[in-house]
This record gives sequence, C-alpha cells and structure tokens, in this order.
Amino acid sequence: MPAPMSRYLLRRLLEMIPVFFGVILVVFVISRLTPGDPARIILGERATPEALAQLRDVLGLNEPIPTQFARYLVRALRGDLGRSIQSNERVIVDLATRFPATLELTLGAMLIASTVGVLTGVLAAVRANSWFDGVSMFVALFGFSMPIFWLGIMLILLFAWLLGWFPISGRLDLTVDLARVTGFYLLDALLTRNWAALGNALRHLVLPAVTLSTVPLAIIARMTRSSLLEVLRQDYVRTARAKGLPERRVVLAHALRNAAIPVITVIGLNVGSLLSGAILTETIFAWPGVGRLVVDAIFARDYPVVQGTVLVIAVVFVAVNLLVDLSYAALDPRIRYG
Amino acid sequence: MPAVLVIASLLVAPALSTAAPRTSWDATACGRVGGTLVFGQAQDTVSLDPNDVDDGFSVNNTSNMFDTLVRFRAETTQVEPSLAESWTVSPDGKTWTFRLRRGVKFHDGTPFNAEAVKFTFERTTDKKHPYYPGSAPYGGFTYQNVTKVDAADDSTVRFTLSAPFSPLLTNLAMFSAAVVSPTAVKKWGKDFFKHPVGTGAFRFVEWVQKDHITMEANKDYWAGRPCVDRLIIRGIPDNTVRLLEMEKGGIHMMDQVNPPDYDRIKKNKGLVLFTGAGLNTGYVALNTTKEPFNDVRVRRAVNMAVNKPALIKAFYEGVGQPAKNPIPPTIWSYNDAVKPYDYDPEGAKKLLAEAGYPNGITTELWWPNRARPYLTQPQKIAEAIQAQLAKGGIRAKLVTFEWGTYLQKISNGEHPMAIVGWIGDNGDPDNFLYVLLSKNEAKKGGNNYSFYANTQVNDLLLKAQQIGDQATRSRHYQQAQEIIARDAPWVPLVHAARVGAYRMEVQNFTLHPLQIWWLHRVWISK
Repeated sequence: MPAPMSRYLLRRLLEMIPVFFGVILVVFVISRLTPGDPARIILGERATPEALAQLRDVLGLNEPIPTQFARYLVRALRGDLGRSIQSNERVIVDLATRFPATLELTLGAMLIASTVGVLTGVLAAVRANSWFDGVSMFVALFGFSMPIFWLGIMLILLFAWLLGWFPISGRLDLTVDLARVTGFYLLDALLTRNWAALGNALRHLVLPAVTLSTVPLAIIARMTRSSLLEVLRQDYVRTARAKGLPERRVVLAHALRNAAIPVITVIGLNVGSLLSGAILTETIFAWPGVGRLVVDAIFARDYPVVQGTVLVIAVVFVAVNLLVDLSYAALDPRIRYG
Repeated sequence: MPAVLVIASLLVAPALSTAAPRTSWDATACGRVGGTLVFGQAQDTVSLDPNDVDDGFSVNNTSNMFDTLVRFRAETTQVEPSLAESWTVSPDGKTWTFRLRRGVKFHDGTPFNAEAVKFTFERTTDKKHPYYPGSAPYGGFTYQNVTKVDAADDSTVRFTLSAPFSPLLTNLAMFSAAVVSPTAVKKWGKDFFKHPVGTGAFRFVEWVQKDHITMEANKDYWAGRPCVDRLIIRGIPDNTVRLLEMEKGGIHMMDQVNPPDYDRIKKNKGLVLFTGAGLNTGYVALNTTKEPFNDVRVRRAVNMAVNKPALIKAFYEGVGQPAKNPIPPTIWSYNDAVKPYDYDPEGAKKLLAEAGYPNGITTELWWPNRARPYLTQPQKIAEAIQAQLAKGGIRAKLVTFEWGTYLQKISNGEHPMAIVGWIGDNGDPDNFLYVLLSKNEAKKGGNNYSFYANTQVNDLLLKAQQIGDQATRSRHYQQAQEIIARDAPWVPLVHAARVGAYRMEVQNFTLHPLQIWWLHRVWISK
C-alpha cells in the first residue's frame, strides 16, 4: 500500500471516532427525549406509582441523564453495551445472535440488486429509447414505489403458498439440524458440509432477499442507465469506437468502468436503507434479525438495545462507505488519496 | 398411523386412563402419544423466567414448563390443587398453610420442596435478593399483603400476610408465582431467563431467539406425561403470513387471527376456529372530576349515545360481547341483572338539555394509538364512537398519544373522555373492580381513570377483599356493580372474544379464558 493511501486510511479511521461518539450521543438523547417511560410500558395498564418508582430504580432510570450517559459510554468502551430492559439479555449477545441473520439477508438482497440492477441498466442504456429501455425503466419505477409489505405478502402467496417453490417464513425448517458456528446459516452449512441445510437455508433466503432488493435494484438500474448514457456520449468513447473496437468492449471495458463510480456510491448508500428496509422484510418473513429486535425494543423503550443496534448499524454503514471510497481509486486511476 | 405408534398408544392410553385424573386437565386420556406440536404466535418470546415476564407471548412458554402451587381449572378461572395438594387459612385470615405434593422433582433433578417456594417468593419480591430477576414487574401484585414465606417442614409452607387478602389464592395460580428450581437459578444467575428449569409438563430444550423455542415432554410429570413428544413455539409476527403457514401445515395452531380471516378459516375444512368469551373489558373512562362529566346526567347521556352492537359488528366481526358491567361475564359475581343503557341518541340529547346543555357539549375523546385485545382497531373504533356521540349532541375532538405517554396522561387525569381497557390477570373480580374503580386508585398515577370515588362502592370492594367465603364476596361485588352502573363513570364498550385457530388434526384443545396456551393435554391425531 502506498504511503499516502495508508495515511488516508488512518485519517478516515480516526474520523470515525467522533462519528461514533456523535451517534451514541444523539441516540442516547433522542431515546430519552422520546415520550414514554420504559417502566410504564413494562407495567402497562396496571402501573401503580409504587411499582413504577421501584422499577425505575431497578432499571437505573432515576439517575440524571448525564450520569446515565457517562456510565454507558465508559461501559461501551469496554465492549459492554448493557443488558436489555425487557429480557435481561446482554445486548452484545442479542446483537451477535441476530446480526448475522440481517447481514445474510442484506447481502443476499444487495447481490440481487447490484447484478440485476447493473445488467438492466447497461442493457437499457445501450438500447436507449428502445422498448426494452421503456419497459425495464417502468418496472424499475414500479419496484421503487411498491410497498415492501405488500410485495412480500404477494410473493409469499404466489411462490410459497400457491406454487410451493419456497418456504413461507423463517430461516430454516424446524426439522433441519444445523450446528450454529458463525450465525451465518449459509456459511455454517458450508463449514460443516451440511448440504441439506445449505439448500434449505438458501430456499428460505430467496423470497425475503428478492423482496428487500426491489428498491435498491430500481435505483441501481436507473443510476447505471443514466450514468452510462452520459459516458457513452464522451469523446473517448467515440475514439474507442473509431478505433474499430467491438461495441461490447467499448461498453464494458471503457464506458462502464467510468460510469461505475456513481453506481458504486449508490450501492454503498443503499446499504443503510437496506438495513432499515430489513425491518419490514424481517417482520413479514419472520426472519430472526436485528430489524425485529430494534422494532420491539423501540416500542418497549428498551434503551440499551436501541442504542446498541443503532451503533452497530452505524459501524456497518460507515465501514461500507469507506470501502466505497477506497474502490474509487481502483476504478479510476486519476483518483488519488492523500 | 404407523403400526409402532398404534401399539405405543394402545400401551400408553390404558395406563393413563386407569390412574385417577390429578387435575381437571387430565379428564381425557391422550388419544395418541408422540409427535411434534408447533404453535405459531404473533410475537417473539422475550424471556423464559416466569418470575420476570409480563407479556402473554413469553407466558405461553413458561406456563408449559413451570407449575404453580395452585392452578386454574381447565375451562374456568376457578383454582384447583397443583404443586400444593391442600391448604388452610387461619381464622384471622393472616396465615395460609400449604401442604405440598411429595416426590416432585424439577427438570434438573432438584427436589421440589418448601424451600423452593420460599426461594421463589424471595427472589420475586426482594429487589436486594442476589437472584432478583431484573424487574419482576408482577412481583408486588402477585404477593400483595404477603410479608414472609416460611418452610415449616420440607412439604409444608406458610405464607404470613399483613392483612387478610382473599384474592391471594388466585394470584398464586398466576404465571408470576411459578416455582423455579433454586439450583438452576443459582447456577445460571442473570442468564436463568434462557435456561429455565421448572417442574412443568415440558422441559426446555432450545431457544433460537426471535425464531422458536423447543421443549420436550417431561416423561416424569407428576400429573402424567404430556401427549406430544415435542412442543415448538414459533414467533411469526404477520397475522396473514401466520395463517398461510398454518394452511400449508408449517404450524399446527395460531393465535391472533385477523377478524376478516375468520370466514376464510371457517370455510377451510382442514382448520378450526376457536372462539370463546374473553377476560377483558374495553371502555370509555369519563373523568368525573371534570366538567361536564362531574354531572351524572351527562355521563348517562354519553352512555345512551354509544351504539355498542354496531361497533361489535363493524370491528370485532361479531364475536365480541357488548359490555354493561366493568367485569366480563366469564368472571364469577358478574351481575346479569344490571340493566344496560340502551342506544338512544335523542334521549341523550334530552338528558344533556336537562343537565343545562341544550345545545349539546363540545369535548375531547382520547384514544390510545396501540391495538389491544379489547381494542382491535383503535383509530377506526375511536372515529366510529366520535360519529355516534355527535348524533347524541356530544361533539368530541379525537386526541391521541403514544401508548406509554397516553397511560401516563390519563393516569394523571388530563383527559375528559378516554378509551382504555383492562385484561384480567387472574379471573378474580377484585382484579377488575378494586383496581379500576376503588377510591384508593382514584389518584394521580392510579388505575381509576374516571377518578370515580364512591364511598359505598369502596367499602364493598375493601370488605370483599377480606372475606374468605366466595358467595359472600360475590354478593358484595354484585351490589357494587349495580351502584357503578347507576353512577355511570364509564361507558363499558365490549368484551372482546378470545380467538385461536388450529388444524383439524389437533385434538383436545381449548383456549383457556386467561388466553394462556396450555398445551400439555393436546395430541395430534395423525
């Protein structure tokens, strides 16, 4: 790695510290400012003042917010994100068991969205204003506007309930045994050479991943098309064509590489929206990931779980976007870091 | 049925039927032993520590793994012996002595005894206890008035009370009073919630969080082993998806059916829809400390302006019951002689004029922004009530807050009219009437959201807490219901039904009035 590159990387990593501090602070303050007292939500209709006071005391909610924040920060630095108010589970354990499920789903969706999206975008750009262009861009717009909730149910009805090609919900059949090593079922199945479980887990992944991929797929397809169209009008593309290069090579080797930067940026930014889209998808498909964890936690005002989950999502988001920035140099030799 | 299973069931069924049933649950022998039963419920399990849970979804798990000293009978909220075989109450009502069943063991082999009962009580009520389970939200409620629990000998346990309190017996049947293995609690400490050990019909095997919990039959269960070998409880949050899973056979049974799906289930020959009276009341609390609702005529007018059958038809698919009393008819002492306020918008207008409001009144109707069993579609129901009230001369603006804030505000008495409700914890009338309508609860932070303070009613409710005899208690509660109906601090709206659905092959299932899914006597016919 050249020296400027490693310096750049170091700077970016250092810059993350205030970002994470900011994330913790903002989430901490917002969750405390949100109306609704966790003790009251736990006790529900039957809260008495005595029970409330006692429970708030047990939960450490009677202390001043700055004290609570300082204590949280000190513990977080040691890797202790506290325990869930609802279940008493350590938040770090909650996240370690759920995050692999969400990442598996998100990566599956991203894979579908980027391959299908880029492919559709390229074809649409090459055949700009053809019937294929019109139809695919209309479908992309449709996919972008379709509520995930409705789409998920429709896919289940058609492909799982009616045709029986895929299971309706869950991550693995109850009858399938799988040793849980990493929590990524596909990976676990590969590691333990459990082919039955691999197939079963894959079949469970298809419908939720397709559901989750629709919005980013539409964005990526449209972005690829417009970015590529712009590049195809550039002089160097005309030069390449004039040299007599075959059109396939002109598009794939010369144009697409230059059109890729905005597309990769969009892909990176979409990881964030995928993680939030996963909340709905996980609910529909009973997928045991962080999306459902955080929704339940928000409703219960389970502060430690909300804080821990947002923090981890922030880490993933920042890391992915760092990778995106680094990939620019690989794609475009004119870009240098320093 | 495979031959092996036929032989197995021939061998087992007579063996079970010759023994006298230990509880009301065991009246019917298992028609078939074995197999895996899968129950899909609407939310995920939060915790498996019965002394710490407060949500019905977790309780459905713990109730199949743990026992209590006394238990609810199979079809009612009356109680019968369970881990305690018998009990006596001292004449002053302050000492309760329970004789425990001998020879019962926890799933980890620890013997069940008086020390375990004492340990459970102490860890649930003393927040300084080394094994206090986090928050024990039901602890104070369950052991109200109990000051200490002693082990008189290995199989005799004594509860000492600060004042007589008859509802204690029903409280001891609640999930929160489930007896836990002291050995396991000490072994797992704060992680006991995911390593539960009880004496119940099923023993814990595995919990894949936010996915499913697996239990296996406790073959040594003191009341006879459960019919199925394995019980799996899955969380599938979407009501439609859960139904599709059941139709395809992925799960055998489900809770919380969308009302519009009732017909779909009834038409499917492979499925059964279970409906029964619920143990809940949805109502409008009229703030009796605020004008104009401090005038009983105005409160009666509001009662006359609400058309309950129309609400039930529109929002409960016809399976709820219109309410006229604070307690549902599933609870003993329900006073059926109370005359309901009939729907009469013109009469309401007249009554308002009499009270000095010839042009009607302008006010607010508060509604909670969260679906509850007694309030299936909060916003739509609130809008419907608003429209009905308008015809009776009551112009109400709709106001809502997020659930936690809502409860806080109505508990402070900030509302003129508020839609709210109550789900019975234990089937004792005290659990509705005292908690919701006694003078003691008519304070900021209390549960008496109408701030109704009638001395006569309060006396009746207090006395009923201290009398041991159920018939006398019942008379007190019936009288209280009459006075409450006359004073009209509420508009009682509805008792929503308890609903569940299951596949045809599921046998011997009834959904208990408490809506806890006890599944140890259920078998699968193929």
